[in-house]
Amino acid sequence: MTGRPRESSPHLVEAALAAAARAGCAGCAVLVEETSTVNLRWALNGLSTNGLTSSRSVTVVAGAAVPGGTGVGVLSRPVTDRAGVTELVADAAALARRAGPAEDAAPFVAGGTSSDWDDPAGETGPGTLAGVARTLGEVFGRSISAGRESFGFAQHEVTTTWLGTSGGLRYRHEQPRGTIEFTGKAAARTRSAWIGQGTRDFTDVDVLALDDEITTRLGWQERRLELPPGRYDTVLPPSTVADLLIYYFWSSDARSAQEGRSVFSAPGSPGRTRLGEALTGVPLTLFSDPDHPGLECAGRVLTGVSSPMASVFDNGLPSPAADWLDQGAIAGLPTTRHTAGLTGLPVLPAAGNLVLRADGGQGTTLDLVAGLDRGLLLTSLWYIREVDPQTLLLTGLTRDGVYLVEGGEVIGTTSNFRFNESPVDLLGRVQAAGETQITLARENGEWFTRTAMPPLRVGGYNMSTISVAS
Amino acid sequence: MSEPGLDADFLALPLTVLTDAALQVARAAGAEHADLRVQRMRGGQQVLRDARLSAATDELTVGLAVRVLLAGVWGFAATDELTAPAAVATAHRAIEMARISRPLVQDRVELAAEPVHRDVRWISSYRRDPFEIPAAQRAAQLADWAGTLLASPVVDHVDLSLNLLKEQKYYADLAGTSIRQQRVLIEPEIRVLAVGDDGPETIRSLGPPSARGWEYVDGDGWDWAGEIAQLPGLLAERLHAPSVTAGDYDLVIDPSNLWLTIHESVGHATELDRSLGYEAGYAGTSFAALDGVGRFRYGSELMTVTGDRTTEHGCATIGFDDEGVATRSWNLISDGVLAGFQTDRATAARCGFGASNGCAYADSALTVPVQRMANVSLAAGGERTSTEDLISSVSDGLYVVGDKSWSIDMQRYNFQFTAQRFYRIRGGKLAGQVKDAAYQGSTPAFWGSLRGLGGAGTYYLGGASNCGKAQPGQSAWVSHGAPSTLFESVKVLNTRAEGSR
Repeated sequence: MTGRPRESSPHLVEAALAAAARAGCAGCAVLVEETSTVNLRWALNGLSTNGLTSSRSVTVVAGAAVPGGTGVGVLSRPVTDRAGVTELVADAAALARRAGPAEDAAPFVAGGTSSDWDDPAGETGPGTLAGVARTLGEVFGRSISAGRESFGFAQHEVTTTWLGTSGGLRYRHEQPRGTIEFTGKAAARTRSAWIGQGTRDFTDVDVLALDDEITTRLGWQERRLELPPGRYDTVLPPSTVADLLIYYFWSSDARSAQEGRSVFSAPGSPGRTRLGEALTGVPLTLFSDPDHPGLECAGRVLTGVSSPMASVFDNGLPSPAADWLDQGAIAGLPTTRHTAGLTGLPVLPAAGNLVLRADGGQGTTLDLVAGLDRGLLLTSLWYIREVDPQTLLLTGLTRDGVYLVEGGEVIGTTSNFRFNESPVDLLGRVQAAGETQITLARENGEWFTRTAMPPLRVGGYNMSTISVAS
Repeated sequence: MSEPGLDADFLALPLTVLTDAALQVARAAGAEHADLRVQRMRGGQQVLRDARLSAATDELTVGLAVRVLLAGVWGFAATDELTAPAAVATAHRAIEMARISRPLVQDRVELAAEPVHRDVRWISSYRRDPFEIPAAQRAAQLADWAGTLLASPVVDHVDLSLNLLKEQKYYADLAGTSIRQQRVLIEPEIRVLAVGDDGPETIRSLGPPSARGWEYVDGDGWDWAGEIAQLPGLLAERLHAPSVTAGDYDLVIDPSNLWLTIHESVGHATELDRSLGYEAGYAGTSFAALDGVGRFRYGSELMTVTGDRTTEHGCATIGFDDEGVATRSWNLISDGVLAGFQTDRATAARCGFGASNGCAYADSALTVPVQRMANVSLAAGGERTSTEDLISSVSDGLYVVGDKSWSIDMQRYNFQFTAQRFYRIRGGKLAGQVKDAAYQGSTPAFWGSLRGLGGAGTYYLGGASNCGKAQPGQSAWVSHGAPSTLFESVKVLNTRAEGSR
């Protein structure tokens, strides 16, 4: 903070590990994260806010021998130089020495050095969104002349993480991440359509094509129909499937299942999980794979906080491809080394993406619509919250376009609904699945951007009440 | 013990140097407004699972943000480097963002006027900075609570968490305002769980998040020991509670539940940026419109709701907002009629309000200030009506205690809430817990059915630490006060029936 030049991130890692060794730590992991972001937001056919940021944080996970095991101290600070990182390590080590034995203590991960270890941090900037900005002018012009309003958000960020452990591992991971979303409104905001896309670098974003889709969807809303609440056969586009299955994934850790707390607990059988149980006769596979094309993410655990899904001691542990559902049956529940020991299940850290695939799944959302005699087509889901953990009953709203389908065609739009549904139960009512495509979950995509899902047609989706919101 | 002052190491940051560096660039570029914000946030979280520490974080972030208004167009940039060269570079980047944006902006931004507040300081009301308590001592206190609960045969698992935040903000602008502020927020949470024959049942503590220090854990503002003593018994009763029969019920809603209904159905609905459409793509809009002020009937005549950023221990309480506006208290709903909105300086000017009511907030140095929620609270009834008085007036209903699951639509009409506990009311008396209930409503109809208010003796200040809004997403703490209330004929669902085929 005094104008001294910043130490490079790989050097900070080495300085921290050397300080930990000098401080007599029982092992240490150091995470240095550099983040660069740019965003544009718009509303009412004009830009509203924007931002351009850069930042770095250092997280030290220090172990210390304490009576009964290993204590841990975890501290994060914006450190700029060696003196700062030495102080940070000393403070984390002091925390560890005064802590009780950590329940998830395990040896820090060993390994070698990534070939890109000394590469500088990835960066983004206004140039990444320059194409979007140029084309937005045209979108606003089209919207104004058509009596529409355009709202949306585009952001890009690049996070580079350097992980070093006292076990010798030096792992660097550069994670680009982008999203773009459009909402279009018309007819005094009584009609509303949405489309979103996840992207690594914006080279695959066609702004005008996205706006064309908004125009098409708003056109479908010219005919308004009234439908009562109830159960409807429903086509769920990939974004909605992603929102529901992210909840499935977040609820699926092995420890909670074994403790009887979750939908993955075997009812009436204390200490047992539902692993192996078939949830559907449809051959669905749900998996995470750090090398999945277009959804590439870190192939090792990187975490600054322990949870039932990840332990700070596991930093650097490989998180290879893992199946959560195999041919419709529960095939895996995420574990850390600690919870694997507790539950007697394999060590299964989850990578940061989620893919659902149906064997033989073919066709798009509209192809599934073509096979629907009478029912609904949704656009996106919103304000999804857990109502009952035992069944994973979720409530939420449909948003920005519910369409009535008859004879395989969209014949008009209806009101939004509040739904009460469980994604686990819903898998048992899948009637048809399309081809898997990369998609952005409308709500949970804010935190979990990397998903690929097929559209699904399900029987009897529970629309509990009408929402008059548009 | 003396009251704390602003931390010396925050005051020692080179704030004046950074101000001069950044604002000079903006002034030279011809900006009509520019502000520099230096924000330091320290967040701490400790999580215990069955009396053992399962996670702990202690995270400090600091940075400087420059926001310029150049020919009516915003530019924003931020960095975590607190040096004069970085402040200069960041100011140039903010100006670059404004220039890139200019061809795409429809409406030029103007700011509502605000007096200059020169070299002022503000600190929230607390006695012991919780970060001054060693982490091991904090964890030991939580483990002690957990041990007490695990000793009960009915409790299978205990989840405990302690969430802390210290916020330090420096704000300076071209007009000459300069403000240094510091506040502390704390949120202990206790959850007990039993795995019964019908699956897991949980009960959570009702102690709310609060703008207090460590003294809160010691019992100043909430009786934690008393609540811990009650949790196992409440859980045991739940395990044998019958499932609710769906239907319409009169509800006596305890403020420990109603605060969240107020947050969702009144707090967000009276945000002016939402009403105008600036959140239409994300958080949503509102059924409440500007032309409804003074006319639109929001609820029954019993309903008076205030917005404020001044309540002692309120989680949205601060001296000045992130646009240098002195905070205040005002009516959002008066006797059931819409009376006002929550604003920042740009929305206030756009809609012809003379001044902002001080609701601009940024959750980090890296995020732009947006209109965020004030403490939004329902006024108590004037009489000395107790919760028991309200219950005794109901022949067939439910008493609703503690918030749990929540969801509301994009215009803030259709909502569904569950609770920590639902009690059956029969013949004016409580008749035991029922489970699997949720209440649904549409905002104006629900508030129109408000038939009874408890007096000041029933008042409770609840709140949340996780209120989300804006893109990129921002998180904020906020408090909501309310008395006990009586609502007539509200739709109640059975959630097990909802989930079955």
